Amino acid sequence: MIRIERLNKYYKRLHALKDIYLHVREGELFSYLGPNGAGKSTTIRILTGLTRPSSGKAFLNNFHIEKDRVKAKEQCGFVPQSINLDQELTVFENLNIHGALFHLPRRKRKRRIDELLEYIGLSDRKKTLVKQLSGGMKRRVMISRALVHSPKILFLDEPTVGLDAGIRRRIWALIKKIQQNGTTIFLTTHYIEEAEFLAQRVAFLDEGEIVAIDAPQVLMSKLGSWAIDKIMEDELETVYFSQREDAKQYIAGQEESFTLRRVNLEDAFLSLTGKKPK
Amino acid sequence: MMYGWIAVYYRELLILRRRLSRLLASMSVSPLLYLIAFGYAMGHKVVIEGHTYMEFLIPGLAAMSSMTQAFAIASEINISRFYWHIFEEFQAAPITNFSYVLGEVLAGITRAFISVAVIIVLGLLFGVVLSYDNPLFWAAIFLNSFLFASLAVGLAMLVKSHADQAMLSSFVITPMAFLGGTFFPVDRLPVWAQKILYFLPLTHASKAIRSASFGSPAHCSSYLLLIGIGLLFFLISISCVNMARD
Repeated sequence: MIRIERLNKYYKRLHALKDIYLHVREGELFSYLGPNGAGKSTTIRILTGLTRPSSGKAFLNNFHIEKDRVKAKEQCGFVPQSINLDQELTVFENLNIHGALFHLPRRKRKRRIDELLEYIGLSDRKKTLVKQLSGGMKRRVMISRALVHSPKILFLDEPTVGLDAGIRRRIWALIKKIQQNGTTIFLTTHYIEEAEFLAQRVAFLDEGEIVAIDAPQVLMSKLGSWAIDKIMEDELETVYFSQREDAKQYIAGQEESFTLRRVNLEDAFLSLTGKKPK
Repeated sequence: MMYGWIAVYYRELLILRRRLSRLLASMSVSPLLYLIAFGYAMGHKVVIEGHTYMEFLIPGLAAMSSMTQAFAIASEINISRFYWHIFEEFQAAPITNFSYVLGEVLAGITRAFISVAVIIVLGLLFGVVLSYDNPLFWAAIFLNSFLFASLAVGLAMLVKSHADQAMLSSFVITPMAFLGGTFFPVDRLPVWAQKILYFLPLTHASKAIRSASFGSPAHCSSYLLLIGIGLLFFLISISCVNMARD
């Protein structure tokens, strides 16, 4: 559904994306994980037509993003990182403009908007000005706006950034629901637990390069199942074990304070890049 | 794909409707001050080409106001591009550059026509009635606003910040507003200055709008020039849309 071949992007001397190869399957929920400045947003911006690639090819549902730009754009919906709704317009007006931009006939547009507002639980806010909505509501409106034209692919660029835990989980449930309806989802995030909870496959991106791609469980299992964190002066050191009993045995012989926990995706990311994904 | 411009224009109209009262107030202030200061107080005994100064001034203000309001679409685009990031919504949509530019240019033209209506109403308050039923008057207003809205969209795609935009307005639009035959006849200036001002589109727009509003014969060359430059700016704007991509 999404195919990227040797994609490169330079910003003057900065090599922001380095020979990216990627294939996202139809109906998959794929997550792109990496620290700030790793190139996550750049990839999404190239795929959605906002940024020009320096070299390489990318296809959305077999349409070349540069040569068949208009057709490629028809395949996807995009939820950018920053809120880009018209604050002075109502929720309905924002969604209606999007539908018109994607050439939906007026009646179909109206019906689809009603369905979507019901879907995201904001039917009663249809005529509310966007500036009067909370941050979480604006995010939900942005997601529903990207779905007005029923795209085959949905790009979500840090969809829960700046939201509190409760609202974040509500948005996760919405994203899962969208994927279950058959939409391919390409999600960038720097929230490890978000990728772990949502994604079927994850790509770790570091300094413009993909360092690993696999299912979260596979990436984590390479380290083991259990982890012990121990504080060594200013640093936190983590040791991994396959069996819980082995980990307990390791603690038993030592005097420092330890935390025993399950291995998570952050461990996998750290072991591959040496960095925290923030 | 062909009708993407409708969506762009529709969005601008919704914004315009929401801000209409504020916009009408801001469109009235400067012309009202010019009419009071220059037309009523200073120019009441001045006669130019057989017309009172007030009669001379109103077509000039219509030219100036249609230019500034059509050009103001550049600021709107910049705010949506750099501040609200709404421009990304257009960039990610399956519409052609032509559709985007056409939608924005039509929005600029709409603003310009509203501002001219404001000038006409203000003129009526001062007892000035000109040949507003002359189709050439409205044709000249249309061409003037088409030209400056097209220029505005192109420049809005090229600038990198609000500051750049403000600088362009200060160095291009403001001098043109005062020197383009709006407040005084260009032929009162030295010949060398007239030659320079001949290159300003507003000089031709003022001439065309003024002669149409006085019911005088049309200056075909002015209309042709406005059409030519307007189309050129429109085509350049279409190619500039790609430059707004990173």
